This record gives sequence, structure tokens and C-alpha cells, in this order.
Amino acid sequence: MATHTRYAPDRGLTVRMTATMFLLGLVFVVFVGLVIGIMTAAHASAAAIILVAVIFGGGSAFISLFYSDKIALAAAGAREVSPKDAPQLHGIVDRLCALADMDKPRVAIAPARMPNAFATGRNSKNSVLCVTEGLLYHSDLTQEELEGVLAHELSHVAHKDVQVMTYASLLAIVAGLLVRFAFYSEIFGGGRRGGNDGNAALLIPLIMLASAVVYAISFLLIRLLSRYRELAADRSGALLTQNPSALISALTKVSQGMNRIPTQDLRAAEPLNAFYFAPAMKLTRGGGGGGASLSALFSTHPSLEKRIEQLSKIQRELGQVGQDPRGLK
Amino acid sequence: MGFLDTLFGRTKPVQPKLDDLFGLPSAAVQLEAAAGFKPTGSGSVSFRAPEGKPFADIQKEVLELLDMDNGKPGGGLPVEVTKDTYGYTWLVSNHLSDEIDALVTDLHAVNSALVDGGFGPQLLCTLVAFRDENQRRLSLVYLYKRGTFYPFAPLGGGNNRDNALELQVKGVLGDDLRIEQDLTRWFPVWGAPGL
Repeated sequence: MATHTRYAPDRGLTVRMTATMFLLGLVFVVFVGLVIGIMTAAHASAAAIILVAVIFGGGSAFISLFYSDKIALAAAGAREVSPKDAPQLHGIVDRLCALADMDKPRVAIAPARMPNAFATGRNSKNSVLCVTEGLLYHSDLTQEELEGVLAHELSHVAHKDVQVMTYASLLAIVAGLLVRFAFYSEIFGGGRRGGNDGNAALLIPLIMLASAVVYAISFLLIRLLSRYRELAADRSGALLTQNPSALISALTKVSQGMNRIPTQDLRAAEPLNAFYFAPAMKLTRGGGGGGASLSALFSTHPSLEKRIEQLSKIQRELGQVGQDPRGLK
Repeated sequence: MGFLDTLFGRTKPVQPKLDDLFGLPSAAVQLEAAAGFKPTGSGSVSFRAPEGKPFADIQKEVLELLDMDNGKPGGGLPVEVTKDTYGYTWLVSNHLSDEIDALVTDLHAVNSALVDGGFGPQLLCTLVAFRDENQRRLSLVYLYKRGTFYPFAPLGGGNNRDNALELQVKGVLGDDLRIEQDLTRWFPVWGAPGL
């Protein structure tokens, strides 16, 4: 029996994601090399600074990875709901998980008016899918559109995006800490230095400079990676529900809903941005062309146009393959 | 999912396993002997219809497949196509209650036709309905992606299920069918037609 598949992998997206991860890895290797070089220059205070930054950075990343579900739920003020509390929501998630053959995440509802959803947790057993009350009750999404949003979030869980993004951000966290530590040691440690370590005056600013550059580059790469992960989740979600049109209209409605909400709500939601269905903080655009492209560079999510463009492509693919299902091998 | 798929954020479509369906007739015998539940003769296949026109063709084909021996003596009864509130399409095949072999053959034919058409990843579950003398409802749900069965027993009108009965059936059928061991996968199929 020829079991051919209707799913064509998106080569372009895979290649772009590989390139981004390769660059991140490259920055990492260069940075580690630099740090080792500085440490072999055997300056005790520089070595100590680096060690502390690695321990702090690694520790905080580890904690945020292990408690990501609890941290996110607490930050959003969400409560877990049982199938009795929200039968329809659970019904949709149940079916999508059965289709995708994945463990069912816990389901939670956050009391925000803003229509949005996020999924977090280090693996499928410990993950939680959270939707806002705004999405459920105030956004006039149809059930199909809600399903599209949930499928997108479940794809994040299936792709282990929390893990991938945590590992990717590790370097940026350490580099960011190094900039700060080096800066403070420069200010407070400056007076104590004697004549016996003459190169110290040079070393610490060097660490600071290198860390700042590494931080900037890896920050941009992480944002780029985040945008690719969003596109990948859109794609998998649409293929799971077989309904890219519903996901397109959900995206449009949710993005419009975001614009109507007062700024205070948006700022409260901003820290969770990376895991949301649509970004909570809408960067102003339309002013200058340069401003728009800059905001696209820093954004955690691809632009609405890009996401819709990709989904339209899937729409066409579904139509094309279906026309002669037997003819395709 | 493999390491590379995780790294690249890809989802491999999960192909269904169909052959375990043929374990149903012997399980039905066991279920009647041990728990007093008889098949109602009704079974259904649930799948996700993709948007767009071409799916109508597959649907038509499946209907023809199921109805082809209709009208002949002893042939199958007409099949119903319904859509549930969650947007899944259900193909319900109705047979007489002692025709569980024919029912399973029909269900397998529907599934194979859908898989051949490339819609394998869209199959949600297959459901076969049972009743006992007190009109208690029970269905065996087959999860394609895992190749396992689980019992689902709705209770009364509301969204309640008879967990005790479900666990009893799990014990009864443990040797005949591959029962899903992960209880979190036993999702309730409220509103399934033919239940």
C-alpha cells in the first residue's frame, strides 16, 4: 500500500533555520575561544567574573526551563481548568492531540481581555496550554479559528520550542551578564589594582566589549530564530487541522483585537511575548520605511503579512495535491 | 519526533495503523460473555476533512464503497455522513447487531480508502457501539495513531462518563485487544453519532 503523504517539508524554512542556528553556534564558539584566551592570560579577577557570569546565566536559564510552565502561568495569572470547567476547549485539544499523536498538555485560562494564547513547558509531559478569556469570549473567533490557534500552540509544544529557545538564549544571557559584571568591576575594582597586574586595565574593558558585541549579535539571531519557529508552528498547525484559512482569519482577528486594547494591558503582557500566538506589543510602523524594517529585525514574531503569505501557500498546496490524490507519489 | 525534527520545528505526519481493527470481532464475543454488552451493529469512522474542493471526491468515493452492496439481499444498510460540532466528519455504517464481521470489514475499507487517498494523518478514530440489556451505552474507540483501543461509556445526558464500567471493560478485554494504557489518552467523544 502506497502511503504517500500530503505533507511537503518546507526546505527553505529548514535551510534558513539551519543557517541561523549555525551562526548562533559560530558566535558561541568564537566567544568561548575568546573567554578561554582571556582566562589563560591568567588574570584572577577576570576569570572570576567570567565564572560567576556562566554560573548565574546557566543557573537562571536552567531554572526558567524547569519552571517555565509555572512561571508563565503565574505571570499571566492563569488558572488550570478541568474538562468539566471548559468542555469545549478540552474537546478541541483532545482531538488535536489524538490527530497529532502527542501527550495532552494541561489547559489553563488567563483572565486577560486581550485575545491571545501561549504554550510553555520544557517537554510535552510538563507543558501547559493557556488561552486568555479575551480569546474565548470577547474575540468572536469561530470554533474553527479557535482550533487553528490551539493547533499553532500545540505545534510549539511538539517542536519543544521552549527548550530550543532556552538553549539558544543561554549565550546571550551569559554575555549580557558579563557586560554588567565587567562594567561594575571596572568602576569598583579600579582603585584596588596594583602594579603587579599591568594588563588588567586592558583585559576587563576587552571582556566588556567582546560580550557586548556577542550579546548584540546573538540577540538578533535569537529573534530571527524565534520568527522561524513561529512560521514553523503556523505551518504544522495548519497541516494538522487541514484548515489554513481558519488560521489566517484567526491571525487577522487576533491582531486586530490587539490593536484595540489599552496600552497598559499590553505592557503587562510583554515579557511573555515570545510564546504568544500574536505579539502583545505592537511596534509602531508606517512612519519611515527604515523604522518598519528595524522593528521587523527585533520582533519575536514574523509580520502578519509573512505569516498569511506562508499559510496561503499551504492553502494552495492542499488544493493542488488533492486534485489528483492518486496521481502523486 | 526525532532530534532533527525538533531542531527544525517540523512535524512528521503520523500514519495510522489499521490492522488491529480486525481484533474487534473476537473482542465482541468476549465482551458479551464477560460483561453482557452486545454490538449494536453501528460503527463509525471519524476524520478531519481538509478544506478545499478535492475532498468531496474522496467522500463520494468512500460513500460508493460502503453502499455498493446496498440493495442486494443481505447487503449493507445505507451509510450516513454527519459532521460533529468539533468540525470532524463521521461516516456511520449501520449493520445488524450480529454482523460485526461485516461491520469491521466495512470500517476497514473506509479507512483503507482514506489512507490510500493520502488522508491517513487526518483519521481521528474509529468507534464501534455496544449496549447491554439495561441499555447502558459503551463504545470501543480505536486510536489509529497508537494502534490501541479504549472503552468510552457515556452516562446519562450530561457530560458524564461511567469510569467504573470503562475500567471493567479494560480488564475484560486486556487479552483480546491492545488497550491504551495511558489513561490520559482516553478522551471523551461526546456527541459521536451512532453511540
